[in-house]
Amino acid sequence: MAQLDSRIPKGELAGKWQRHKADIRLVNPSNKRKYEVIVVGAGLAGASASASLSELGYRVSCFVFHDSPRRAHSIAAQGGINAAKNYQNDGDSVHRLFYDTIKGGDYRSREANVHRLAEVSVNIIDQCVAQGVPFAREYGGLLANRSFGGAQVSRTFYARGQTGQQLLLGAYSALSREVASGGVKLHTQSEMLDLVVVGGHAKGIIVRDLVTGKVTCHAADAVILATGGYGNVFDLSTYARGSNATAIWRAYKRGACFANPCFTQIHPTCIPVSGEYQSKLTLMSESLRNDGRIWVPKRKEDRLKPPASIAEDDRDYYLERIYPSFGNLCPRDVASRAAKRVCDEGRGVGESGLGVYLDFADAIGRLGEAGVRERYGNLFDIYHEITNENAYKVPMRIFPAVHYTMGGLWVDYNLMSNVPGLFVLGEANFSDHGANRLGASALMQGLADGYFVIPYTIGDYLATQKPGSRPPADGAEFRQAEENVVGSTSRLLSVKGKRPVSHFHRRLGRILWQGCGMARNRAGLEQALREIPALREEFWADVNVPGSGDSLNQSLERAGRVADFLELGELMCRDALTREESCGCHFREEHQYPDGECKRDDSAFAHVAAWEFAGDGKAPVRNTEPLVYEAVKMSVRNYK
Amino acid sequence: MSTKTFSVTLRVWRQSGPGKPGKFVEYPATGVNPDMSFLEMLDVVNDELTAKGEEPIAFAHDCREGICGTCSLTIDGKPHGPHRGVASCQTYMRSYEEGDTIVVEPFRARPFPVLKDLITDRSAFDAIQQAGGFISVRTGAAPEANAVPVPKEAADLAMDAAQCIGCGACVAACKNASAMLFVAAKVSHLGLLPQGQPERDRRVLAMVSTMDTLGFGGCTNQYECSAACPKLISHDFIARMNRDYAKAIFRSAFKPVAAGGEGA
Ligand SMILES: Cc1cc2nc3c(=O)[nH]c(=O)nc-3n(C[C@H](O)[C@H](O)[C@H](O)COP(=O)(O)OP(=O)(O)OC[C@H]3O[C@@H](n4cnc5c(N)ncnc54)[C@H](O)[C@@H]3O)c2cc1C
Ligand code: FES
Repeated sequence: MAQLDSRIPKGELAGKWQRHKADIRLVNPSNKRKYEVIVVGAGLAGASASASLSELGYRVSCFVFHDSPRRAHSIAAQGGINAAKNYQNDGDSVHRLFYDTIKGGDYRSREANVHRLAEVSVNIIDQCVAQGVPFAREYGGLLANRSFGGAQVSRTFYARGQTGQQLLLGAYSALSREVASGGVKLHTQSEMLDLVVVGGHAKGIIVRDLVTGKVTCHAADAVILATGGYGNVFDLSTYARGSNATAIWRAYKRGACFANPCFTQIHPTCIPVSGEYQSKLTLMSESLRNDGRIWVPKRKEDRLKPPASIAEDDRDYYLERIYPSFGNLCPRDVASRAAKRVCDEGRGVGESGLGVYLDFADAIGRLGEAGVRERYGNLFDIYHEITNENAYKVPMRIFPAVHYTMGGLWVDYNLMSNVPGLFVLGEANFSDHGANRLGASALMQGLADGYFVIPYTIGDYLATQKPGSRPPADGAEFRQAEENVVGSTSRLLSVKGKRPVSHFHRRLGRILWQGCGMARNRAGLEQALREIPALREEFWADVNVPGSGDSLNQSLERAGRVADFLELGELMCRDALTREESCGCHFREEHQYPDGECKRDDSAFAHVAAWEFAGDGKAPVRNTEPLVYEAVKMSVRNYK
Repeated sequence: MSTKTFSVTLRVWRQSGPGKPGKFVEYPATGVNPDMSFLEMLDVVNDELTAKGEEPIAFAHDCREGICGTCSLTIDGKPHGPHRGVASCQTYMRSYEEGDTIVVEPFRARPFPVLKDLITDRSAFDAIQQAGGFISVRTGAAPEANAVPVPKEAADLAMDAAQCIGCGACVAACKNASAMLFVAAKVSHLGLLPQGQPERDRRVLAMVSTMDTLGFGGCTNQYECSAACPKLISHDFIARMNRDYAKAIFRSAFKPVAAGGEGA
């Protein structure tokens, strides 16, 4: 059994981080350059970590599968980033952001981590402004804010509808500066395919050059994974097509525990599926819920009528009706399930019946078309581009889609996994969002981890490692891992079956969406647990990966990722089946209140489930970390 | 929602690797749905090629929503295809009709060598960025964010420039393969903000000189770049950068040298 020591500092909550920083071991400045740190990923988390560690003097090697760090999936975040600045003087505070995040996560996250996140949120905004991130401003020249789901204050900072882009370009510029200074060695189009563990510690990675196919070994004193989320396990999602689970999955198979894999977020406002060929689902930022009103017809018969012809009285603004105090701004899991319910009742709009209206008529009346364009112009453009409809004239049609994964590798308070020397940042870890993430909090967490947490906490580990004790990159463990990578590559190429990789990915996605999507139940999960291994077998017998391993081969890249998804999908269902309660995004139909809200079971499940690999074909071990609430009283979430 | 499908013919650039000879190959695309994106149409063609045991067409893509700058197709001679203000991935098949022949090539520019089929190496852009596309601020050393107000107009204009997705369409559209719009966007974004002032001269000198060293051509004011830009970044920023550059040359006591390394 893995040892899960969360290493939460003792003492009163608000002082934990300050005290921890004062107490942990440090690496002295002249020794820092003797340490080699590998960072995999250069999204918000990886780029900010690489830049900050290099500034401190560590020697950093940064690996990304993209052709440039600026292409990481973080670039696509639209809506904004939270921070407890209280610039609006509307009663915000570190405590309130902390509390909203804990409550939003349905009491399944760690108090201490979340409090730290809220504390450093304010530093993030300072840092980004200093880097030149062009956040939206008011006429007086001060920073502007908007509100986001799950909060009753305005604390979200934004740069039009391109906040992730601007934050990532900020982190990328800091990273570029360190590359120029020689502190960071950047490896683009380089995919990590295995973690190397030497004497129980993470000491390196195996990488395939995606252009030449060459496989190489890299040693370091510590390894940081900042490789993003695994939502593409569902095939259709709002993620970039390349996002994948390979780095964390292979680390899992080397001993790192995978926490709460079934906690996946389904975002309520995405453009509905239009056909079989669909390759991705486009998010319409949650910020739209500030001004758009969500509705469906009251009567089934009206669902195909032109929306303008449906009288006000015949419309059901169901979020405003059921949740009067949060209305259209209730949290994502709540909004998504409500949409599912009205569609299940047969009131969904659009040809497929899988859609609800997001209507801006009132906002246009209030602000004028120009006012709405100023706030959301680029989102309306995207919508038009995809659907050929003008949302200034007809309401948008939206439907929930997979969007974020709260689950990820288990980490302690220092963001270190149970494998010493392996750190996990950003969406790739499980740490801060419990069973549901609030909007605008992922960008905050990614940058908190990279700029303000890891620069301190990595020292606590490195101080225990003698400078120069790093193993050579040609040791036995490296050779073994390299062979493993070369072997699985040639295995994929040698199946030579009949079906393209996409075929299996699509089918896996359907199984998961049915069995482990917005609503889950025992029978559905058990069925998925029968179907996934069968599909995996079929994959290894019938997949066709053309081309060779020694050149650029996109089919091969995707095949490796889908092979991992076919294993991860099973773990997700297993996790969902074992968690006999509903919480946040994990909605088990067997566990609900009469009004359809989540029924948690705090006596049995107030814990993190951290799964441990036990070998291929063996059932993984379920370890638990109890969640102890000292400052907040666990209660039933209520957004009414 | 449209359900009537149609067929087109693709003439696609195939090239097995860097420096290898390439050629156009024709493929039919059948059962095309007008609501498909151009890339989804290519996905379907690729699955058919795979089923026939042929190597699929390599093309770069990721976000498929016009923000990551990965996709980079020249469609019928135009970088990012027929429509203004969108990337290749935001081009939809409703722009085409039964029987059309569509020519698909990579972005063509000397500093962007072809890696395979429709994929090019655009790392030269990273090298330009490393030369000076940043504000030097150590993590943790930043002052309180609202300490320096920024006039809304300046912030908005900086944002107009900062929207650049680094795709390289501007270079591909320019007969000189100039990267002026790309560089001007970064220089203007940072130069318009108070935080960007201390390094303003150094930045423009270093980025421009790196751009020259990497083999990008000069600007002859045709403004094909802005027309091809998926974010419609205005060529006014080029004029702004030219002014910055002239002032910096005048003020600088040092020669314009790049601080950054060569192509990463
Ligand atoms: C459409 C959309 C909109 C969003 N909007 C918001 C928002 O408004 N506010 C908010 O807070 N959050 C938002 N999110 C969530 C947020 O964008 C992400 O959670 C966050 O950006 C993840 O950052 P990251 O650094 O952890 O990972 P990523 O940005 O995904 O970066 C992953 C990095 O890892 C690299 N990588 C991965 N695997 C490997 C490997 N095996 N080898 C080498 N490199 C590898 C990649 O190249 C990349 O550099 C949004 C998400 C989506 C999908
Ligand atoms: S794929 Fe990201 S911009 Fe086209």
